[in-house]
Amino acid sequence: MDLANKIMNSKSNKEVLLVKDLFKGFGDNKVLNGFNLSLFEGENLVLMGKSGSGKSVLIKCLVGLMPPDSGSVELLGQDISKLNHSEMNDLRTNVGFLFQGSALYDSMTVRENLEFPLRRHSKKLTEEETDTLVMEALENVGLTHTVDWMPEELSGGMQRRIALARALILKPKIIFYDEPTTGLDPITAKEIILLILKIQEKFKTSSLIITHDVDCARVISNRMLLLLDGINYAEGTFTELSSSNDPKIKAFFK
Amino acid sequence: MAYLLSLKQNIASFFMEIGEMSFFSLRFFKELFTKPFEFKELLNQCYVMGNKSLFLVGVTGLILGIVFTLQTRPTLMDFGAVAWMPSMISISIVREIGPVIIALICAGRIGSSIGAEIGSMRVTEQIDAMEVSGTNPFKYLVVTRILAATLMLPLLVIFGDFIALIGSAIVENMKGSVSFVLYFNQVFEALTFSDIFPATIKTFFFGFAIGLVGCFKGYTSKKGTAGVGKASNSAVVYTSMLLFIIDFIAVFVTDIFV
Repeated sequence: MDLANKIMNSKSNKEVLLVKDLFKGFGDNKVLNGFNLSLFEGENLVLMGKSGSGKSVLIKCLVGLMPPDSGSVELLGQDISKLNHSEMNDLRTNVGFLFQGSALYDSMTVRENLEFPLRRHSKKLTEEETDTLVMEALENVGLTHTVDWMPEELSGGMQRRIALARALILKPKIIFYDEPTTGLDPITAKEIILLILKIQEKFKTSSLIITHDVDCARVISNRMLLLLDGINYAEGTFTELSSSNDPKIKAFFK
Repeated sequence: MAYLLSLKQNIASFFMEIGEMSFFSLRFFKELFTKPFEFKELLNQCYVMGNKSLFLVGVTGLILGIVFTLQTRPTLMDFGAVAWMPSMISISIVREIGPVIIALICAGRIGSSIGAEIGSMRVTEQIDAMEVSGTNPFKYLVVTRILAATLMLPLLVIFGDFIALIGSAIVENMKGSVSFVLYFNQVFEALTFSDIFPATIKTFFFGFAIGLVGCFKGYTSKKGTAGVGKASNSAVVYTSMLLFIIDFIAVFVTDIFV
C-alpha cells in the first residue's frame, strides 16, 4: 500500500491515454457503448468489470489490435485511427502489453523472447548490449537463471514474469495489463502484484490494469473505473468505490 | 428442405472462403515487396521445411521408384519392351508422379505443421503479442512461410525424383542386370527439356499452394484448441485438392504449348 501511495504522489496531470465515446459491437451484442477513459502520467488505473463485460475488447481497441466501431483513442497524444501501419508500430514501442495468458513465443527460448522486440526496434545494439539488456530485464523480475529455458519449462507465475520482462524491455511509457493475476495461486498472484508496483516505481510508467481480482485492485490502484453495460459506470479510489451503497458497485466487492 | 438450406449455406461459405483466401494471397504479394524484409526468418523457414523434410521425401522417393518399377516390369516383359523401362519410369516420375506424390507428402508434413503452428499462435495470443511489439506478424509469419514453401518444394521434388530413379535403378540392376551407368544413360537420353521444365515450374505453384493454404487456415483459425486441430486438418485436405487442380491446369497448359 505504501508503494501505491508513493506512486500516487508521483503522478502528474498529463494525459497519456484518452478514450472518447468508444463503441464496439459484434453483431447484436454491443460490448462498448460510449466508453470514456483518461490515464495520467505515472498513474495506476485499474479497470474492473465482470467476465464478458468487454474488458479485453477494450484493451485490444486501445492498442489497435481491434478497430472500434466509433469513438477515438489518443495514445501519447496521437489519435491511433489516423496512424498508418508504420507509425502505429513506432508508437507501439512506447507501449508494453502483458497478456492474460502471457503469450510467450513458444518456439523461442526466454532469451529469444526478450531479444525479439530489441532486435526489431534497436537494430544498432551490439550482441553484448543486447545481452546486457536481456539480463537486466530478467533481473527486474528475478528470473536470470531461466534465460535459456523454453516457455514450456516455466510455471504459470514464471511465464507471467517473463512476459512482464518482455513488455518492459523497450522501456515503454505505458503498460497495459490484461488480467495479470488470473489463473495464478494467491501467493504467486501477490508476488506479481508487488512486482508490478516495484516496476512502476522504478520505471515511472503509466499503467492500465484490467482485472476482476479485488485484492489486486486494492493493492495496486491509484484510481479505479468500473466497466458495466459497456460504459464507465463508476470512477473513484478503491476506498470510495468499495464503500459505495450502489448495489451494482457493491456486487464487485463482495 | 433443411438439406437444401444447409447445402446452400455450405456453398455460400465455400465461396466466401475462396474470396477470403484470394484477399489473403493478394496481401501476400503486397507485403512481399514492401520493407522490412525478413531474410533471417525466411532462411530459418527454408531450413525447417527443406532440410527437415529431406528424410521423408527421400524414403518416399525410394519406395516410389522401387514399387513403380516392380509393378511395371512384368507387363513390359510380356510385351518384350523391358528395355524401355528406364525411359518410361523416368518420364513418368519426372513429369507427373514425382511432383504430385512429393507435393502430397509435403502437404501433410509442411502444410499441416504451418496450420497448427500459426493456429496455436493465434489462439494463445502470440500473434497479437507480436503485433503489439511493433512487428508485422503477416510479414514475419505468413510471407516467410509461403515464400519458403514455394522455394523449397521444387528442390525437394528434384531430390525425391532423383532418389526414386535410384530406387528404380536398384530394381533394374537386381532383376535385369542393368548397370547403374547404363540405366542413367538411358534416363538422360529419354528426358528432354519439355519433360523437366514444365514439371519443375508447376512445383513452384505446388509449394505456393501448400504455404498459402497452411498459413491461411492457421492465421484465420478460431475457437481455441479445437480450431487449431481443424486448421491443421483442413490445411491438408484443401491443399491436396488444390494440388490436383493445379496439376490439371499445368498439364492442360503444357499440352497446348509443348
